[in-house]
Amino acid sequence: MDKKFRIVVLAKQVPDTRNVGKDAMKEDGTVNRAALPAIFNPEDMNALEQALRIKDRIAGSEILLLTMGPTRAADIIREGMFRGADGGILLTDRKFAGSDTLATSYAISQAVRKLNPDIIIAGRQAIDGDTAQVGPQVAEKLNFPQITYAEEILEISEQKITVKRRLERGVEIVSSSLPVLVTVTATAPECRPRHAKQLMKYKHARTLSEEQTAGEGYMPIPEGYEYLRIPEWGFSEIGGEESGYGLAGSPTKVKKIENIILQAKESKKLSSSDEDIDTLIKELISSHTIG
Amino acid sequence: MNNIIVFCETDNGKLCDVSLELMTKGRDLAAQLSCDLEALLIGHNVACLAEELYAYGAKKVHLADDPRLEFFRTLPYAAITINLFKEERPQIALFGATSVGRDLAPRVSSALHSGLTADCTSLEIGDHTDKGKEYKNLLYQIRPAFGGNIIATIVNPECRPQMATVREGVMKKERLASPVAGTVSNVDVNRILMDSDFVVSIIERHIEEKKIDIKGAQIIVAGGFGVGSRENFQLIFDLAKVLGAEVGASRAAVDAGFADHARQIGQTGVTVRPKLFISCGISGQIQHTAGMDQSSMIISINSDPDAPIHKIADYAIVGDLNEVLPKMIKSYKKNSK
Repeated sequence: MDKKFRIVVLAKQVPDTRNVGKDAMKEDGTVNRAALPAIFNPEDMNALEQALRIKDRIAGSEILLLTMGPTRAADIIREGMFRGADGGILLTDRKFAGSDTLATSYAISQAVRKLNPDIIIAGRQAIDGDTAQVGPQVAEKLNFPQITYAEEILEISEQKITVKRRLERGVEIVSSSLPVLVTVTATAPECRPRHAKQLMKYKHARTLSEEQTAGEGYMPIPEGYEYLRIPEWGFSEIGGEESGYGLAGSPTKVKKIENIILQAKESKKLSSSDEDIDTLIKELISSHTIG
Repeated sequence: MNNIIVFCETDNGKLCDVSLELMTKGRDLAAQLSCDLEALLIGHNVACLAEELYAYGAKKVHLADDPRLEFFRTLPYAAITINLFKEERPQIALFGATSVGRDLAPRVSSALHSGLTADCTSLEIGDHTDKGKEYKNLLYQIRPAFGGNIIATIVNPECRPQMATVREGVMKKERLASPVAGTVSNVDVNRILMDSDFVVSIIERHIEEKKIDIKGAQIIVAGGFGVGSRENFQLIFDLAKVLGAEVGASRAAVDAGFADHARQIGQTGVTVRPKLFISCGISGQIQHTAGMDQSSMIISINSDPDAPIHKIADYAIVGDLNEVLPKMIKSYKKNSK
C-alpha cells in the first residue's frame, strides 16, 4: 500500500497588481490598493495543482491550504477546496499585522509544526511583493530541505521526491528526502478548474468570524457538517515567541514609499535635440524606469 | 569585521556578471562606509577566480572549494554562508537576484534573523530615525513593489548583516584600473558541512546557452524596418546593452532579415508588456502594437511625424534613430550612477 501524503499548500490572497485599471487609480495618479480585486496568488495556484497531482496518484493523500491574512482571505481557502483541497486554515491575528517576510515565515512555520506535513508546496513568490523569500525562510525555520523554482514533481515515494526545476537557462532534476518544502514557478501547469462536486460540498464552508459578522440568516454549521468549518488560528493557537510576530518580529522597516505617478496617455512630443534627449533620460532615471 | 561581503556566483568556471556588478556597487558602498569589500566564493576549482575579484576591489576572498560544492545546492551553500557571516559579522551582504541568490539569501537571512530585501534597483547609504533612535549609515534598499506601482525604501536598523539581492544588469560593472592587493582566506569546509547538508542531490542538469527572452524583459528596445539593415541593428543592441534591456523587432524587420524571429513582437510574434518599451524605426501598424501597447511606458523614435506609433507613445521623438540612439546612450552614461 502506498504511503498517503499529508501536503500543506501555502497560499496568499493578493491584490491583482497585474491589471491596474482606471477604477483603481486615484486622482493624483497613484494606485488605490483597496480598489484592486483580491485574488489567489497565481503561483500558489500552480503549487496547488502540483499537490492535487500527488493526490491524483496516491489516493487518500490529504491537502490542506494554509494562508495568513485578514478574515476575507478565507476566500482563497474555499477556492482551494472547490478545486480539490481537503481543507484549510486561516492564520489571522492582529499580532501578525505588519509582518515582513521573516515574521510571516515564523508564523507560518509555527502553524505548519501543528500540521506535521510530509510536503509543503508553495508558489515561488507573490505578485504583490515578488520577494520569493517566505518559502525558503519557512523551510529554514522547520529545518526542511527546500527545492525552489519547481516546475514539476516527477516522482514521490515515502523516502524520496524527485523534482524538475526551471532555472534561468535550463532545467535541473533534483531529488530530496522528505519532509521537504517545494516552491513552484509560473511555468508549471496551470491549476485545474473548480470541480462541481467540490463546489457543492464546500460552498458553505466558513470561518467562525464570517459566521459572526454575517448577521441574521446565517445558520451555525449543523451537526455532521463540521468539515465546513475553516479554522482560524491566531497567536494563542500557534504559540511561539510573541516578539517574533508582526512589526516586532520584522527586521526590515519601510522607511519611505513613493508612489509612481502614472501619466495619462498623452504623447509628449520631443525633438532629437541634445537637450530633449537629456531631459528624457534624466526623467526616466529619476522615476526608476531605467538605471 | 563589519565589512561588506558579496556572494559571488560562478557559471561554467566564470564569475557571473551580476556578481561583478555587485562587487562594483559594493566597492562604492565600502568607500562611503570606510570599510573593506570582501567576496565569498563557493565552488570547485574556483581559486583561480580570486585574481579577477581583486580587480574588482576585493581585499579578501573567502574561498570554499570542494568537489561537493561544484554545483549550487541550498543546504551546503547556506551552511557555509551562515557560518561565515556569524564569524565575520559583515554589516552588508549582497547576492545576485538569480535562481541561486533568491534561493540562498532568504535561507541565510532566516537563520541569522537579519532582514533581506529582494530585487533592489538601487542601494544607497543614509541615516534613519526610528522612535527617537538615530541610526547612522544604514543601507537604503530601494525597490519597486506592488507590481511596480510604488517604490519602497527599506532599512534594517537593528539586524546584521543588512542583506539585499539585485538583478543582473541593474548595477554597472567596472573593473579597477589596477587591482587591489587582496588575499584568499580558505574556509574550512569539512568542519562546517555535515552529511545532512547533502540530502538533496542533483540527478541531471541541462543548462543551455543564454536564450532570447523578450517576454520576461523589464525593458525592451525594439527596431523596425526603419533601422535599415542588419548591421545598423547593432545600434539597437548597443542601447539595450547599456539599459540592461532585451532587443525586440517588428515583423518587417524580421522579414527583412535584420533580426531573429525569436525577437518578433506583435500578433504573429510574442506579446510583451515591459516597464519600458523603446520603439525605433517602427511605423506602428496595429499588428505590431497589439503585441506591445500594454507596456507601462512607450517611447517612440521615428522620423515620420505622422507615424501611428507616435500616437500610442508616452514620449514621441520625431527624429532619426541614427542620431537619437547614440545621444540616449551618451546621456544615460553621463546621468546614471
